[in-house]
Amino acid sequence: MTRNAMIDGWYPVSLASQLDAHGRSTALMGEPIEVRRGEDGNAKVTGGNGRALPACIRYGHVWSSLGDPQKPLFAIPEADQPGRRLVDVGVVRVRCSPLRAVENFLDIAHFPFVHTDILGAEPHTEVQNYKVEIREDEDEVWATQVRFYQPQAAKSAEGGITTEYMYRVPAPTCSILYKTCPPRPGEWDVITLFVQPLAEDLCDVWPWMALFDDETPTTDLIHFQQTIFVQDRSILENQIPGLLPLDPGMEIPTRADLTSVAYRRWLKRHGYTYGAQLVAQ
Amino acid sequence: MKLYDYVLSPSCYKARLMAALAGVKLDIRPVDFHPGAEHRGPELMALNPAGSIPILEDGDLVLTESSAMLVYLAAQAAPQWLGSDTAGEAARVQQWLSFSHRLTASLGAARLHEMLLRPGNIDALQGQGTAALRELEAGLVEQHIRGQRFLALDRPTVADIACFPYVALAPDGGVSLDPYPAIRLWSRAIRGLDGFIEMPGIHRLHELKPEPVPELGET
Repeated sequence: MTRNAMIDGWYPVSLASQLDAHGRSTALMGEPIEVRRGEDGNAKVTGGNGRALPACIRYGHVWSSLGDPQKPLFAIPEADQPGRRLVDVGVVRVRCSPLRAVENFLDIAHFPFVHTDILGAEPHTEVQNYKVEIREDEDEVWATQVRFYQPQAAKSAEGGITTEYMYRVPAPTCSILYKTCPPRPGEWDVITLFVQPLAEDLCDVWPWMALFDDETPTTDLIHFQQTIFVQDRSILENQIPGLLPLDPGMEIPTRADLTSVAYRRWLKRHGYTYGAQLVAQ
Repeated sequence: MKLYDYVLSPSCYKARLMAALAGVKLDIRPVDFHPGAEHRGPELMALNPAGSIPILEDGDLVLTESSAMLVYLAAQAAPQWLGSDTAGEAARVQQWLSFSHRLTASLGAARLHEMLLRPGNIDALQGQGTAALRELEAGLVEQHIRGQRFLALDRPTVADIACFPYVALAPDGGVSLDPYPAIRLWSRAIRGLDGFIEMPGIHRLHELKPEPVPELGET
C-alpha cells in the first residue's frame, strides 16, 4: 500500500476557545492524539507514541498533522477583514466518511428537500448552470456563479432571495463557502466546514463562520448553522456506499453535480483517498 | 410565555411542538447549549438549579420539567390533549409521561454522546434505549388491538408528545428504528397532525403534499 498522501495535511482538532491545560483526547486518521494548552500558551499536540505533532491556531481552531506539512495552513484572507463576526459553531460528530461530509457541503441540489423552507423550497428546485474549475496555481477546487432561490438564506435575510455562492476546496477535508451577504452587498459571507478525520467512516465536523452581521445575536447564528448541519447529519449517516467512490461506475452524476465531480477528480489526482473507495464494487 | 430553548434539544422541541399543536405562541429565548454551555452559567442556574433546559416562564410560574410544560400548554389552550377523566385512561397518560424520562436518559444520552461528544457508556445507553423502544412497541401494538392509534387513547395526548422526540431521533444515537413497525406507524401519525412542526433530524412528511396527477396514457 502506498503512503497516505493526506498524512501531511492540516486538520482541525479542537476549538481554540476551549483549549485548556487539562487537554482533550481525540484522534486523527485512527491515531489517538492529545490536544492541550502548553505552559507558553501555545497549542501542544502529541501523537499516539508521545511524539510532538505540528500545531497552529487559526480560524478559531487548533490545527495539527500526523506528518510533515509541506505548506502552511491555507489562507482565508476574509478572516482578517475588520468588521466581521467570527463564530465558533462547535463540533458535531458524524458516522460517515470525512470526504462525504465535504462533498455534501458542496451540493446545492438537496437544499429544497433537506433544508426545506430555509435554504430551498419546492418548486424552486432547479440548479442553474455554474462554473467549476481546478485552479492549478492554487491547487484548489472552485465553483463560481452558483445561484439558487432561497426562502431564508441567512439569519440576516428577510424573505426569499436568489443567493449567489462560490465554493472553494483548499484541502481534502475543508471547504469554504462564500455567500451573498444581505446587509453588505459587494462582500461575501464566509462559512466554512472544517472536517477532522477520526477514521475512514467517522469524522468530527467543525463549522465556522466569518460574517458581516451586526444585528443577530451570536447564539442565533450558531443555532441557524447547527440546524442546517444536523439536518444533513442523518442523510450523511445513511449514504451508500459509505466511502466516497472515486472511480466512475458506482454513481451517475448529473450537471448539478459538477463540483462533486471536480472534487473527486482532484482527490484522485493527489491520492487523497482516506475515506474513499477506489475501485467500484 | 418564554421558552429557554436549544434548537437541537428534543426536550425543548417537546415544548415547541406542543405549543404549535395547541396554537400557543412562545417567546423563544435561544440558549447557547453547545458549544457555549450557557445553561450552566449563572443566569440560567439561578432560574433552574438543575442546570437543564428547557425552562418555561409564564409570569411567576417557572417550569423546568418538560412533561409539566406539556400539561401546562395543553391545559391553557387545548385541554383535549390532557386525555380523559376515566381512571384507566388518565393513569395511562401518566404512565407514559413518566416513562418518557427513560427515553431521555437512554436514547437522549446516546444521541448526545454520538453527536456532541458528551461522556457516557454508549453500549449501556444503547442497550437501555433498545429495551425502552421494545416496551413502547409492545404498548403501541396493544393499543392497536384495542383499536387505538396513539399511546393512551385513540387521539393524541401529551403522552405522545412526551415520548415522540427521543424515539424519532433514536438513529442519531446509533439505535435503529427498523425493527419497530408500530413505532414507525405512530411516528407517521404524529408527523401528519395539523400544526406539526419539525426539528433537525425529524423531517416533515413530504408525501402529505397533493399526489401528482398521472398523465393519460401513462403505463
